[in-house]
Amino acid sequence: MLEVTNLHAYYGKSHILHGVSFNVQQGEIVSLLGRNGVGRSTTVKTIMGEVEPHGSIRFKGEELVGKKSFEIAHRGLGYVPENRDIFPTLTVRQNLVLGMKSTKATGRWTLDEVFDMFPNLSERADVAGGVLSGGEQQMLCMCRTLMGDPDMIMIDEPTEGLAPMIVEQVGNLLQEIAKRGVAILLVEQKFSIALRISQRVYIMGHGKIVYEGTPASLMQADDVRAEWLEV
Amino acid sequence: MLDVLIFATLNGVVTGLLLFMLAAGLTLIFSMMGVLNFAHASFYMLGAYCAYSISLYFGFWVGLLVAPLIVGVLGALIERYGLRRVHQSGHVAELVFTFGLAFLIEESVQFFWGRDTKNYQSPDILDFALFTLFGQEFSAYRGFMIAISVGIFIGLYFVLTRTRIGIIIQAAITHPKTVANLGHNVPLIFMGVFGAGTALAGLAGVIAGPVLTTFPGMAVVLGSIVFVIVVIGGLGSLAGAFIASLLIGLLQSYAIASDVGMQDLLNVFGIDFPYDHPLADLWGLTLPQIAPILPFLLLILVLIFRPTGLLGKREE
Repeated sequence: MLEVTNLHAYYGKSHILHGVSFNVQQGEIVSLLGRNGVGRSTTVKTIMGEVEPHGSIRFKGEELVGKKSFEIAHRGLGYVPENRDIFPTLTVRQNLVLGMKSTKATGRWTLDEVFDMFPNLSERADVAGGVLSGGEQQMLCMCRTLMGDPDMIMIDEPTEGLAPMIVEQVGNLLQEIAKRGVAILLVEQKFSIALRISQRVYIMGHGKIVYEGTPASLMQADDVRAEWLEV
Repeated sequence: MLDVLIFATLNGVVTGLLLFMLAAGLTLIFSMMGVLNFAHASFYMLGAYCAYSISLYFGFWVGLLVAPLIVGVLGALIERYGLRRVHQSGHVAELVFTFGLAFLIEESVQFFWGRDTKNYQSPDILDFALFTLFGQEFSAYRGFMIAISVGIFIGLYFVLTRTRIGIIIQAAITHPKTVANLGHNVPLIFMGVFGAGTALAGLAGVIAGPVLTTFPGMAVVLGSIVFVIVVIGGLGSLAGAFIASLLIGLLQSYAIASDVGMQDLLNVFGIDFPYDHPLADLWGLTLPQIAPILPFLLLILVLIFRPTGLLGKREE
């Protein structure tokens, strides 16, 4: 579904991504792991067109390089940013409506379904998004992206700053999303959630992929974890 | 006294709502692009002139409908092929661009329509007194101006707060990248808002032209006051612009209607100055005389005591 080949990216004169290559198949949960500053967030921002890409990014067989962020989103690639970016003055319902690409679209997710899955959001449907807790904001941000009916979503550090119980809920939601045929690229620093729900993992270091394997193989690769993940 | 107060209030509301039509577009454009469009009042003038020309052939009502559309389309094209390119060079370049645009529009208006005042008339159907109070008539056309302005305000409020496109616009103002990542064409939204903002300015020109006279200096007269309004209201605040518009409209109207002079005020405190004093001109001033500078005095006071404006928010 997503095929990234030899991707390079720059912030000014700084070379951030040094030929990143990986792929994600339909309905698969793939984690992109690594310590802070290795280029994980830049990778997804580059795929979304926020940072100018050099290389090849093919999504459902179509080249994305040169396309604008909204065009990429229209092709079915969703993105949940690290800072969540809830629209604080808009209500929960308005935040969700904003995720819909068209009023006529009837995708895999409806407002009612989202509210059924998250009674917390339903109860606070008419409350401003800015007053929600961190966990609720994360759920809202993910649901907002789902309202656009993506075929794949890239989620940047969804468990950042969340309580363990909420992290568990986020993991369950990601699995529920994948069950509906939506591929997920999970960008994480904590590998516990990634190992629990992913089919495959990639580890980034120094702006490139340094390891590819399954959660089981990563668990056995103590040297890889020590070198690239553990602090 | 009561009759003066009532009519001053009505005239103040008419002026205030007219100013709001200009300030609303300017505020929306500033919120989105982060730059004050110095050419905004020029679109107001362009609206009046286009409507005047159209009204010569097809009547006032066709001008009312078509002129704002022409101005809006022109505004959208200027955003798409001018401002958007300049935007990449920063805010200073944008300011210079809008300054230049204001001059260009003013010169173009003088080139095509001449320097004289145009005989742009309100429609005959509205040429009657809407009501008579204390022997004074309130014209139907002024009532029509209020109706149009209130209608625009309600429509704008409804679109921005109750429709999906309004929600997208609100979100795009503060989080353009996130909105783009959700699949919305933010540059197109910006172009649409710029076009709508200039169309509103054009509409203000269409309805103000017959009352405030259609002449090449009309943009300069109102332009500076509109900037005062968006600063007093709070840069980027639509509600603030609405309050400030009415405040300025009423303030000026009350000042013009009043018959109070500096001498009267000084007499209250028991101070009396001789008429042959070198500064006699100063306390010979009357409130109607200083009415045009009152908005600027208010601006200075707001900047001293509340620099963010009435409803503006301090930037983090």
